[in-house]
Amino acid sequence: MAAPFDLNDDSVVVVIGTGAGGGVLANELAQKGVSVVALEAGGRYLPEDYINDEWDSFGQLAWVDPRTTSGDWRVAKDFSGLPAWIVKAVGGTTIHWAGASLRFQEHEWKAATTYGNVQGANLLDWPIDGAEMDPWYTKAEDKLGVTRTGGRDGLPGNNNFKVFEAGAKKLGYKEVHTGRMAINSAEYDDRLSCQQTGFCFQGCKWGAKWSAAYTDIPRGEATGNLEVREKAHVARIVHNDKGKVTGVEYFDADGKLQMQKARVVCVAGNSFESPRLLLNSASSMFPDGLANSSGQVGRNYMRHMTGSVYAVFDKPVKMWRGTTMAGIIQDEARHDPSRGFVGGYELETLALGLPFMAAFLDPGAWGREFTTALDMYENMAGMWIVGEDMPQETNRVTLNHDVKDKWGLPVANVNFSDHPNDIAMRNHAYERGTAVYEAVGATRTFPTPPYPSTHNLGTNRMSENPRDGVVNKWGRTHDIANLYISDGSQFTTGAAENPTLTIVALAIRQADHLAKEMAAGNL
Amino acid sequence: MTTTIRERKLTRRELLKSSVAAGATLVVGAGFVAASDAAWATETTAIKPETMATLIQMARDIYPHDHVGDEYYVAAVKGYDTADKAEMIEAGIAALNAAAQGKGFASYLAMGWERDRVDVLRAMENSAFFQTVRGGLVTGLYNQKAVWPLFGYEGESYSKGGYINRGFDDINWL
Ligand SMILES: Cc1cc2nc3c(=O)[nH]c(=O)nc-3n(C[C@H](O)[C@H](O)[C@H](O)COP(=O)(O)OP(=O)(O)OC[C@H]3O[C@@H](n4cnc5c(N)ncnc54)[C@H](O)[C@@H]3O)c2cc1C
Ligand code: SF4
Repeated sequence: MAAPFDLNDDSVVVVIGTGAGGGVLANELAQKGVSVVALEAGGRYLPEDYINDEWDSFGQLAWVDPRTTSGDWRVAKDFSGLPAWIVKAVGGTTIHWAGASLRFQEHEWKAATTYGNVQGANLLDWPIDGAEMDPWYTKAEDKLGVTRTGGRDGLPGNNNFKVFEAGAKKLGYKEVHTGRMAINSAEYDDRLSCQQTGFCFQGCKWGAKWSAAYTDIPRGEATGNLEVREKAHVARIVHNDKGKVTGVEYFDADGKLQMQKARVVCVAGNSFESPRLLLNSASSMFPDGLANSSGQVGRNYMRHMTGSVYAVFDKPVKMWRGTTMAGIIQDEARHDPSRGFVGGYELETLALGLPFMAAFLDPGAWGREFTTALDMYENMAGMWIVGEDMPQETNRVTLNHDVKDKWGLPVANVNFSDHPNDIAMRNHAYERGTAVYEAVGATRTFPTPPYPSTHNLGTNRMSENPRDGVVNKWGRTHDIANLYISDGSQFTTGAAENPTLTIVALAIRQADHLAKEMAAGNL
Repeated sequence: MTTTIRERKLTRRELLKSSVAAGATLVVGAGFVAASDAAWATETTAIKPETMATLIQMARDIYPHDHVGDEYYVAAVKGYDTADKAEMIEAGIAALNAAAQGKGFASYLAMGWERDRVDVLRAMENSAFFQTVRGGLVTGLYNQKAVWPLFGYEGESYSKGGYINRGFDDINWL
């Protein structure tokens, strides 16, 4: 049967969310002939719709439905209703993302074994490793057109990169280049090469950056096997008395509650909404929420150890020109406990426009210490720090029954506090990032605190043993055979690398697994 | 509702005479607020003109940029001049003036040195009023497209073909 599918068609796979995980999974399944209904809370925006303006774009794309926060992270104070900066749209946060696409390092699949007992951390080894993931990573890199992989050239360096590179070389860093980016350095896969417009975070109007919104989604739809229902907010996953899921209830574009039957349900709403949905689907059979016999749903929330370093020079940089994040120093990504922490971090170039710089350089700050920094905006260079943070059981997404969204559903509360290892690593990275800029004559530097989370991981983690996590090595929930998790919430640990390449590789692999299981009659 | 002093044919001296208070760059007339160099003026509807003048000075003291003219600060706070916000603003500015008086000045605007005004602001920085004004300025001031060039920021670039041929890598001092 071809799309569109009937609400009562119980042969379809329902995918919830159409971002890096869900969008790719939906297309990959459709390409294999599997019938898919993808339900997406947001609307559809394409390159012609994207806006080269930070706040207008935020207003167009960002998820601003209510959420609450707690814990000692500064985001809870400065952006209490906005714990994450993520997209609500067909294509999800792949519209916003900068395109940095890195594989995990081998040892990062085995964090518990490699790092040993870290007090207060809920470390666990992934049930998969680099050898298992290698072919899936290659498929993901080819799909995204990642530069410096598969024979694709690197991007040219912009002004911000040149400052960063010069400083890095002076410090003796070796692994310094314009990154492995899902941004075309030459035309690839029917998409243009990068025109250096500098609005990668606002959606690439040239389509030079990969986004599921204008690649996987339309291609999946073109097969006739994928129906994407936009502005469809999933409220609950329902199950039968045998403990199998049978469909999902969602509010459609007109606000009417609908019920779509399903053979398999795959949850890919990003790491706040995915656990929220499982918790909001609690029933008499599953009083603690679906797939939560381990009690780990919502726990081990990771957001990467992040921060930024901006620096002012006596001459112009104009960092906003060109790619937002094409520049990396990888020398600190290694695991080297002699630095005073386990795991490692990457340093990546980052530029914000003036409006976002004002909001994020030092949230809440005012007076001349702050404004003299902005006065030098034209002479600023910037980098972002992204490192492995420790999973902690108490860093978690729970339901806040006191606050309801417009559908009357309890919202997600996000509780987060840094682990001492996160703090030690951040301080090290601030020192190194500052040194990079001072090496090329920075007159002033700014160790900038983390922004609302862009990387959200771990809240339905993968584990060998059902006692330790929510899903198995295929993303299949330990408790419910036809319920899968397909986004970054399956991450067992976060590694130092930006997560999306791994989310995409896992989604491609999961599609392969699902198609085989369905063909074998196991689903 | 904006008008310039030149149109009204008022001299700086006349304005000063009629004003209740004079800040560093501001003078207040009956029903309107103007720059002392007559570069801009704004009329108020819901809040008192001296309240608006004080609010503009407060905005500048929170985010002082000496190369950014008052008109941008006016634009950033003009939205408070509405019936529903007037009470909150009048009360907040009254508190500001009371704090200034506690330090022996006639009003907030009468404090000639920024450091004295900043001391008053620091003491009230956790108040809802201060946080509302400060928070509003983050977008009210810095998200004005007209302000961007003053900081060198070039804004939208797609319509110009990006920077691929317009200096994305033109740095020459490294
Ligand atoms: C500014 C920015 C820059 C980034 N840069 C990079 C980078 O350079 N490299 C990198 O690897 N990563 C980057 N990321 C992170 C990357 O975007 C995410 O890791 C990735 O998109 C997450 O994929 P996901 O499938 O988990 O969720 P998303 O892509 O966020 O997709 C989730 C989708 O589910 C939908 N949804 C949620 N709940 C429901 C519901 N109940 N019903 C229906 N739909 C629902 C949402 O609307 C959304 O569209 C960046 C993120 C941001 C914000
Ligand atoms: S810099 Fe390149 S990738 Fe980024 S938005 Fe512009 S064209 Fe797209």
